[in-house]
Amino acid sequence: MNTGLAPAVFSVDQIRKDFPLLAGEINGKPLVYLDNAATAQKPESVIRRMDRYYRQENANVHRGIHTLSQNATTAYESTRSQVREFLNAREEEELIFTSGTTEGINLVAATFARQMLKPGDEILISAMEHHSNIVPWQMALEEKGGRLRVIPMNDRGELILEGLDQLLTGKTRLVAVSHMSNTLGTINPVKEIIRQAHDRGIPVLVDAAQSVPHLPVDVQELDCDFLVFSGHKVFGPTGIGILYGKKELLDSLPPYHGGGDMIKTVTFEKTTYNDLPFRLEAGTPNIAAGIGLGEAIAYLNRLDRAAALKHEQELLAEATEKMTEIPGLRLIGTAAHKGSVISFVMASAHPADIGMILDQEGIAVRTGHHCTQPVMKQFNIPATARASFAFYNTTEEVDRLVRALRKINDLFG
Amino acid sequence: MTIQETKDQVIQEFSQFTDWEDKYRHLIQMGKALPVFPSGFQTDDYKVNGCQSQVWLKADLDGNRVVFLADSDAFIVKGLVALLLRIYSGQTPADILAFPPDFLKEIGLDQHLSQNRTNGLAAMVKKIKTYAIGYQMVLQRSGKG
Repeated sequence: MNTGLAPAVFSVDQIRKDFPLLAGEINGKPLVYLDNAATAQKPESVIRRMDRYYRQENANVHRGIHTLSQNATTAYESTRSQVREFLNAREEEELIFTSGTTEGINLVAATFARQMLKPGDEILISAMEHHSNIVPWQMALEEKGGRLRVIPMNDRGELILEGLDQLLTGKTRLVAVSHMSNTLGTINPVKEIIRQAHDRGIPVLVDAAQSVPHLPVDVQELDCDFLVFSGHKVFGPTGIGILYGKKELLDSLPPYHGGGDMIKTVTFEKTTYNDLPFRLEAGTPNIAAGIGLGEAIAYLNRLDRAAALKHEQELLAEATEKMTEIPGLRLIGTAAHKGSVISFVMASAHPADIGMILDQEGIAVRTGHHCTQPVMKQFNIPATARASFAFYNTTEEVDRLVRALRKINDLFG
Repeated sequence: MTIQETKDQVIQEFSQFTDWEDKYRHLIQMGKALPVFPSGFQTDDYKVNGCQSQVWLKADLDGNRVVFLADSDAFIVKGLVALLLRIYSGQTPADILAFPPDFLKEIGLDQHLSQNRTNGLAAMVKKIKTYAIGYQMVLQRSGKG
């Protein structure tokens, strides 16, 4: 019986057995799932853990005196402890449960940014940010009369950091930058950006939604002030995410959502607020997803992550090499330091055409602007097709992708 | 040809394809054979929202019939529009409104009608019907409807 436990030695064939969906077929062909940057598939252990929670353990967390509630609280809160270890945070209070990366950024924008922004102030982001790391800041800046500044990138999709010291001004209140681009795959030198920002006393938020599934992320080593990621991209459930914040910063934040769980005392005259992390977590949380996230992290911890990363990098290198040989295919994002994401366009077909034909072949990729319209503008394209690999993908799948892309040239050429 | 006769012809035509590649090849050819869309009308006014690729749709009245012109920057989507136009273009507003796009199911292309924001076929059908309603009102006002 398959237990969903990753084997001690890294074997893709073994690992694939942990992910039931990967054995499926689409349009009569074995599924090739290359949309991992959008969401990752879930191991059996995560699915079973959530199933068990609803069948045997369901109760509301915190403040329950009965056994079920106390057990649910223990299970849910143990995820916080696992995440602390996973990110190497100092304290569990530094980890706030959110619904995902987007809510994490919105929380910081609604509390930290709005509290501190004054007219004329600036927030610095990069040219390759996802809309969710642009729009929340724009909303806060618009309200407070500040402006967004942008670290530019070159045509390989690498940030140009030579002028960073001019962009970090006396008016910069926050830097918000992605660790790894969802569209281009670029892995940004966030540690260096953080160092330069800190030299000027400017805090930094890292959008780690794309990096956490692939790279070891250590918040103390990075010395980031905030970091956000989503459970569903790290092989966990949707509807759960993490906001990490340095304790002294989180302590200084005003409450975000008002409601239950976030208060100490409530009278009609005055409410006093709970301590961290609960002060920033109003209402009944997504308990099952929180518990599922813990199981996903446990799965990753059993995996040889260095070997998994090496395998992903080999898939990336092989796909890059073979796709470069396809006539009329142009890679979008050719940074020297990349995660396993390949965006591309083809002279023979629109990205929407590419996506539809690949779907017929049982291959799932994403097409469109990937919520990065400014990136599309810089490369002067309406959209790309994007194949994104996880550790459970295989070289055979790379070959099927390449064969299908050649077929596209034949069909449309 | 009536709208029903066109539908029967389209279904007959697509029934000869046994694999999806031939079917898509045919669809792509249908798109390529569409009359040239005047580039001056490639504007937001004529754009069909809800498509991942760009789609433009324009309708004019010819007597009591609605004649459509359309374009897309993606080939399969352009083929799907061409298919819709073959059914609906040159028909009366009443016939257009009375005729559901269920022929797509019969030729195995109904997966494109999903609400997913991928190719906006559902949005195209809606826009075709919206034009038909508009022109039906024009005709009724002029006493021709």
